[in-house]
This record gives sequence, C-alpha cells and structure tokens, in this order.
Amino acid sequence: MIDTSTAILPALDGPRGQSVFQARGITKIYRMGEVQVQALRGVDLELYPSEFVVLLGPSGSGKSTLLNILGGLDVPTSGTVRYKDKDLSAEDDTLLTGYRRNHVGFVFQFYNLIPSLTARENVALITEIAANPMTPEEALRLVGLGERMNHFPSQMSGGEQQRVAIARAIAKRPDVLLCDEPTGALDVTTGIVVLDVIARVNRELGTTTAVITHNSVIADMADRVITLSNGRIAGQKKNSVKRSANELVW
Amino acid sequence: MLRDLWQMRGQALAICMVMACGVAAFVMSLNMLHSLESTQERYYEDYQFPDVFAHLKRAPKSLLEQLVEIPGVSQAQARIVEDVCLDLPTLPEPAVGRLISLPERGEAMMNRLYLRRGRWLEPGRTEEVLANEAFTDAHGLHPGDRLVAIINGRRQDLRIVGVVLSPEYIYQIRPGDMLPDAKRFGVLWMNEADLAAAFDMEGAFNDLTLRIMPGASAQEVVRRVDRLASDYGSAGAYGREDQVSNVFIINELRQLRSMALIVPIIFLSVAAFLMNIVITRLIGTQREQVATLKAFGYGRLEIGWHYLKMVLVLVAVGTAIGTAAGAWMGSGLTALYTRFFHFPVLRYSLDPQVIGLGFLICAVSASLGAVGAVRRAMRQPPAEAMRPEPPQSFRPTLVERLGLQRFFSPALRMILRQMERRPMRAVLSAVVIALAVAILVVGDFASDAVQYSLDTHFLLAQRQDVTVLFAEPNEGRVVYDLTHLPGVRCCESFRNVPVRLRFGPRSRRMGIQGVAQQGELNRLIDNQQHRIALPAEGLVLSRKLAEVLGVRVGDSLTVEVLEGTRPVREILVADLLEDFLGMNAYMERSALNRLMREGPLVSGAYLAVDSARMDELYAKLKNCPGVAVVVVKAAALKSFKDTIAENLLVFKSFLVVFACIIAFGVVYNSVRITLAERARELATLRVIGFTRAEVSRILLGELAVLTVVAIPGGLWFGYVLAKLDTMANDTELFRLPLWIEPSTYGFAAVVTLLAALVSGLIVRRQIDRLDLVSVLKSKE
Repeated sequence: MIDTSTAILPALDGPRGQSVFQARGITKIYRMGEVQVQALRGVDLELYPSEFVVLLGPSGSGKSTLLNILGGLDVPTSGTVRYKDKDLSAEDDTLLTGYRRNHVGFVFQFYNLIPSLTARENVALITEIAANPMTPEEALRLVGLGERMNHFPSQMSGGEQQRVAIARAIAKRPDVLLCDEPTGALDVTTGIVVLDVIARVNRELGTTTAVITHNSVIADMADRVITLSNGRIAGQKKNSVKRSANELVW
Repeated sequence: MLRDLWQMRGQALAICMVMACGVAAFVMSLNMLHSLESTQERYYEDYQFPDVFAHLKRAPKSLLEQLVEIPGVSQAQARIVEDVCLDLPTLPEPAVGRLISLPERGEAMMNRLYLRRGRWLEPGRTEEVLANEAFTDAHGLHPGDRLVAIINGRRQDLRIVGVVLSPEYIYQIRPGDMLPDAKRFGVLWMNEADLAAAFDMEGAFNDLTLRIMPGASAQEVVRRVDRLASDYGSAGAYGREDQVSNVFIINELRQLRSMALIVPIIFLSVAAFLMNIVITRLIGTQREQVATLKAFGYGRLEIGWHYLKMVLVLVAVGTAIGTAAGAWMGSGLTALYTRFFHFPVLRYSLDPQVIGLGFLICAVSASLGAVGAVRRAMRQPPAEAMRPEPPQSFRPTLVERLGLQRFFSPALRMILRQMERRPMRAVLSAVVIALAVAILVVGDFASDAVQYSLDTHFLLAQRQDVTVLFAEPNEGRVVYDLTHLPGVRCCESFRNVPVRLRFGPRSRRMGIQGVAQQGELNRLIDNQQHRIALPAEGLVLSRKLAEVLGVRVGDSLTVEVLEGTRPVREILVADLLEDFLGMNAYMERSALNRLMREGPLVSGAYLAVDSARMDELYAKLKNCPGVAVVVVKAAALKSFKDTIAENLLVFKSFLVVFACIIAFGVVYNSVRITLAERARELATLRVIGFTRAEVSRILLGELAVLTVVAIPGGLWFGYVLAKLDTMANDTELFRLPLWIEPSTYGFAAVVTLLAALVSGLIVRRQIDRLDLVSVLKSKE
C-alpha cells in the first residue's frame, strides 16, 4: 500500500552532477518480538559529492535506520541502495565490510571510542587498515586535538572524545561521513565546536556529509535539509545561505 | 533466576562440568576406598586372615603347643607349603605351583577358602587339588581338568576338583617376584597327608600362621615366635605389614585416599574461580535490577540469597552429573581392580553419605567463589547501583612504558591493556589453563615412568631370559650342567641368602643377592640407566632400603642370616643404588659365600637362551631334579605390561577428558565474558570496517596470549606435579623415576591448544551474530 502523496517527491537536481548515493523505494521492517515495526515506508534519496545534508526528524521517524542503511550497517527489506557502482541492498558481509572500511566514516552520539586505546591509537586502528589514510596526527590536528593525542578516552571531555571520533572517521579519507546525533550527548558550546569540525571536514576535504539530528537549528548549516516523518521523506529544502556553526544558537 | 541461568547456559554448563569432574573423582575414589576397605576387612575377618606368618624348614607338630602358649596368641595353625614346577599343556614353559596343605578333616582354622566352583577335597583321595581362581581363569581350567606337578623330581598327576579364593592371595604374586603373573604362578591346595607323604613331612610342618588376641602386640608375638622357631630353620616371622598380598592392598588404599583428596581440590578450586568471574559479570549486567530491587526495599540477604540459589542450582547439577560419572567410573575401576585383586565379591557401592559430602564440599567451594561478587552487589547503595558502571580507565602497559610500544599494533595494545587492567583475572585464567596442561603431563608421566622403569629393570638390569632356582643351595658346578642344556648361550649363577638386616632399632627381612662382579645377566643399573660397579666386599643397598634402615654408605649393618647355622655378622654398606622395584641388597657372590663361611654354593642361575630353542629348554627344565622354580622373564613382563598399559590408558583417558573440561571451561568462560563486556567495542570495530576475522582476532587474542603464556608454565607445573608424584610414590614396593618423555610435553601442549581453539571457535560464532546496530545505540 503506497501513500502517493509522500511516496515520490520530485528529486531536486544535484548541485554537482552525478549522485554518490541512490536509494529507490527502500522500506525497512523490524521484527521486535512479536511486534512488527515499519521504520521506513518507501524512501527515495540521492546524495551528491561534497554535499552537506542534514536529515531532520523526531525520534522514530526512521532517520537512523536510513543512515544505517546508507552506511552499510543494515540492509533494506525492499528497494535498492547504490553507492556509486556498489549495491548496498544485498546482504553481502564482505562487500559491506569493505565498503565501511574504505568509503564511510561514522560518528555516533556516544563516540564509541575504544577505552583501552589513546586518541592517537583509536585513530591508528583505522589508518592501519584503510587503503589511503592520512596519518593519525594529521587527522587529530584537523579536529584541533594535536595536543591531546596520548590521552585515553577516560581522560577527555565529551566534546574532545567526539572530536577524536571524527578524526577516526575522517582519517581514512572517506567518500562519505555519516553522523548520527553527533551533538546529542554534548552541551551547546561543545556541540558547536564539534559541528564546526564536521563542517570544516566537509569544506576542506570535500567529503559528502550526512548529519542526522532532531535539532532543527543544525539544519541551517546544511546545503540541503531532508525532513523525515513516520518513515517517509516529508520534505526537502535547499539552503541558499549556509550558516556557520558558531552562528547557531539553541 | 532460571531465566538468568538459561541466558548463560554455556558458561553454567562449563562450571557444572568442572564441578562434576571434582565430584566424580571424589565419589569414585572415596566409594572405591570404602568398598575396597570394607570388602577387605570382612574378607579378612570371615575367612580368618592371620596376623603373624612364618616359614620354616621343618618343625615337629609338637612345636605348635608351645606356640599357642605365647601370650597374645589365640590360634596357631601349621601347614606344609612347597613350591614346585607345574607342567601345563597350555604353556610351553614351566609354571610355579605353590602347594598348600589343608587339614584332612574340618575346615582350615585360618586362611579359609571361598569355593567358587566345584567341590571341596575329599579325605583319602590322593591327586585331588583345589586351585585358585586367577590361575584357572588364566588357563581356562575347570574342575575335572588335570595338570602335572613335578614333586621331588617325580611327575605327579593332579586333578582340580574345585576353584577357590584365599584371603592370603588377594593380590597374587610370588614373594620375590616383581610382577603378578597368574598364568605362571598357581596356588594349589592338597590334603595334608598327601603333601606330607610327597615331601617327607609326616608329623612335621614348614609354614606357620597365627591369629592374635585383640589388643595383643603382633611385634611381640613375632619376636617370641622367632625365638621358638629359629631352631627349625625359620626365615623369620612377620606381621601383616610384610605379607605380600596385604602390602599391595594397603598401598592401593593409600593411593585412593590421596586421589580422593587431591583431584577434587584441584577441580573445585577451578570451579570456584569460574563461578567468581561469571557471577561478577552477571551482577555487573544486573546492577540496575539489583538497585531497583533494593530501592523497593529488598534486603541485602534476600538479594544475596537470590544469587546463592543460582550457585546452588549449579552445584546440584554438577553433583548429579559428577555422581553419575563417578559411579560409572567406579564400576569401571572395580573391573580393573578385579584383575589384580581377587575377592570373592568386590562390589562398587555408592554411599549416599559420600554423595552428600561431595555436594557439601562443592557447595562450599562454589559459594566461596561467588561470595565476593555477591557481597559487592549487596553492599552497593541503590542510587549508585542505578547509575551505569563508571567508564573504564586504562593506561599503557608496563612493556609499553618500557618503550616497546612501537612493536605493538593498536589491536595488540588493546589485548595487553585489557589484561593488565584485570591482572588477577588474567593471571588466574593462565594458571588454570596451566593446570590443565599440568594434568595432561601428569597423566602421561605415569605411563612414561612405568615404561621407563620396567625397561630399565627388566631389559637393562636383568638381562636373563630364564631364572632357575634350586630346591637347595648347590655346588657351583651345577652351572656347567645348565650351560649344556639346549639353547643356553650364557649362564651365571647366584647365591640368595635370606637375612634380617638390622641397624639400631630398625630391621627388615629380605634376601641378599650374591651376583657375579662382572656378571652380564643381572647388573646393577640406577634410575639414570648408569651401571653401578659391584664392589668386591660390602653391600650395595637400594637407596630406599638405606633410608628405611637409616644407614649411610660406610655404616656397618648387622646381618642375621635366616638359614643354615644362622650366623650373625657385621657388614659394610659399600654403595647405594637408586632403583625402582622392591628393596634389594646386593653383594659379590664369593664375598657372600665367604660371609656364610661356605664353599662356592649357588641358589640358582640366570640363563640367556636362544629364543628359537626355548621350548626345548623348558621341556628339559620341567623334568630337571633339583630345580624348584623356573621364572621366565619375557612372558611375565609382557603380560604385566599389557595389563598395566591398558589400565594406564584408561587412567590417561580420564585425565585427558578432565583436562579438556578444565581448559574448555576456562577458555570458554573467559571469552564469553570478554565478549559480553566488550560487545560494544567489538561492534564499533565492525562498524568502522574491521572484518569478522579481524574482530575475532582481537577477542581471541587475549585468550591466545594467555594460552601461549600458560603452556610453558603448565609444562613446568606438570614436571613439579610429577616430582611430587614420585615423592608420594617413594614406597618400599616401587618407586617411580622422574622420567617424562618429550612426547608427553608435546601431547599436553597440543591437547590444550586444541581445547582452547575449539572453545574459541564456538565463541567466534557469536561474533558473527553481533547486532551492530543495537550495540551502537545504547550507552553502556
């Protein structure tokens, strides 16, 4: 059963030619015990090179599910997702692992650093396995943590930990940076610092960036804002003027 | 609670199995001990096993009256006992038959027989004998079958009418022999009149058994018997502690007792350790639940009881499995015992008290393991417990601080830092894995040491094929006659003199073996397989004998000769010999002749024989007058080796199973717990692009490091345990050499590695099922 009013929206033209991601009609149904939860109800989406996209929506709108599918952590129940020439909707662990390893950088709400490793080592974990990485030092300097490389996660503030997580995500020079509520666990001031770093990475490295958040203020930073509601794309808009992170207030 | 248990069923099962091993060993050995002890006690009592024994040359029956007068003696019985050669159709070589007289009328007073098959002897019927069961079984003989004994040089036909068992021959070995050999040693009972006639012993006897009154001193009776019997060629009276069959049983009981103690201690401590880490983890995951319950007003005791109940369920399951396994192993062990120990009935009985005790010990040790973790849970104030556990802090490990970090990948650093953060857990895990290795080493060590000592003793030291014992000491020229028998390549005579060696208050009855100084058929070889030179004068004693007597090289021993004119002499201890079997005293043969102030007498001869002409030689020896006993080494050695090899294999298989359960239990549990504690970390690694194999390597790396560290430690520990084993087994009967084959170490290492690998692989499957998305969502 397709709700025609929201199923297909006219795709906006990409700002820079060929799309990086193409999602067509993706749905996702979770089985939680005996209850079926439909997280996505047919989503079409394209992301373009160097684009900064914010996925906005309340909790339960399906934005995290969408991000997980784009990141190769999960596969859709139906529909197709392509990253360049790769089919991400096939349940092929080797392909998805390789994709995550070489093309995607993840940033999570709770940082997910390895507590037994220092900042530098957390980043080095990635630089040792990625195809074309920068050095851990380079990545950490990029997020402004050149001075704290030998600190353990337990010795750093939340904002610093999140910046280490960003350094870890970008050290492999990913094609796409996916951030799931990156400021969700941070206060305003530190949140802004983190967002500033994300924007800088997008600007300086040209990494396609998708940030999901329920904080609509962050949307002002984006090239494009996609609003999700109840498993569907409820609307999209392009910002003619992007605001920088330190202009944001919430 | 049952849900909790079901959740951790793998780990719970591992703990149960380890406990089960301990309980099984406990139940098996303690019940076996009780069964054996009570069977032996009843058998001794019901069949009147004597307290004092003596063998004489020939004494008039009137002596008996004086013997009964000895204070403390309740009964005395005279018998005629003679060793003869048996000619059996099923055996080319001659066997040794021991003929024992039975009173013509009525039952024997002591050493009563249990009739298994057939009937008792009928008075007046010559040729009838009763034969012991082990011997008839070994030859497939039945009542009605015949055999030939060479009695005083005459072939005499004997007919078996009954198959019997005697408390005197529960462990059936000829005194002086090292190995039991039912095929070549038979005990036969005959009517006294027949035996007396055959050996010219009418009105006389040569074997004495006494029972003493409760509370009387056997030692005192022995002393007085010696005084009365010495004129009749007594080789010295002795008590039960020197009765061969009894000595072997006592020795076995002692081993069972230590097994009932040591093995369960090992397993139950491991179980306690596992219980501790598993419950700690469980409570860690249930912090909030515990806090909520406490906030609702549940008391500390109620919460503690909740976890202890869980422990008790595991203990109950472990005890049940262990009891079943113990009962099964016990009946197997009983079957093994019946090969060596011949009781009318040896039934393995399960004593509910032992099972109850097993449960109790298990419960106490498991609770001790759990109590630390449970106490921490009970102490937590609810508000604190509701908050998640504080973040873990780490620091560079010691090796890294030493500047070695550039050699380590981040993954290896994760492993090392995890281990250093919980050093106790890492150390204990490694210790337990090492324990498994050690158990495997010890399991194989027993067979290595037995093989080594048998080979050293029977192949390097004793190189004769056949030993011939004469009925009476003979002039040395008999050797020439023997040399000319068919197939004999080499012949060396020896002189054996029964003596009592005395040093201060300590003494031992035994024989001095006088052998040729340059002899090649019976050499003195120590436990390093080095040949010890036999000095021209003085005694060479087994190290153990010297220890028992308290003598050192250079000391002078009193030798009381127990044959002939019974001279008493002083003699120097010239050297000690570290040997394996029995307690021996060696002397140069002519020096022994000089000591005895006799001519070149010999008691027997060692023969090296051309194997192709063995049967010819046997045929001659069977009919050789003057030859009392013929011992064939290879045959005895082979049958013993086969039996013992089979037993050791059973023993080893149990230990392999036990060790694998320990190794598996520890490895599986620690990996499961690591997985639970670090699921989020591992999921993060998967998300950022680590493959399953790479993540598994990090998870299992810790285990690999522990195993690799534990194995050399375990091999060393095994060596130490083997050493303790040799110390525990340093008995007068046998001494284990500390000899471990390299293959034993290899086997222990490989089996442990495999057990670790298998449990690692089982847990690895869980990594494949790691739910990436949900792990990332939650904050721990």
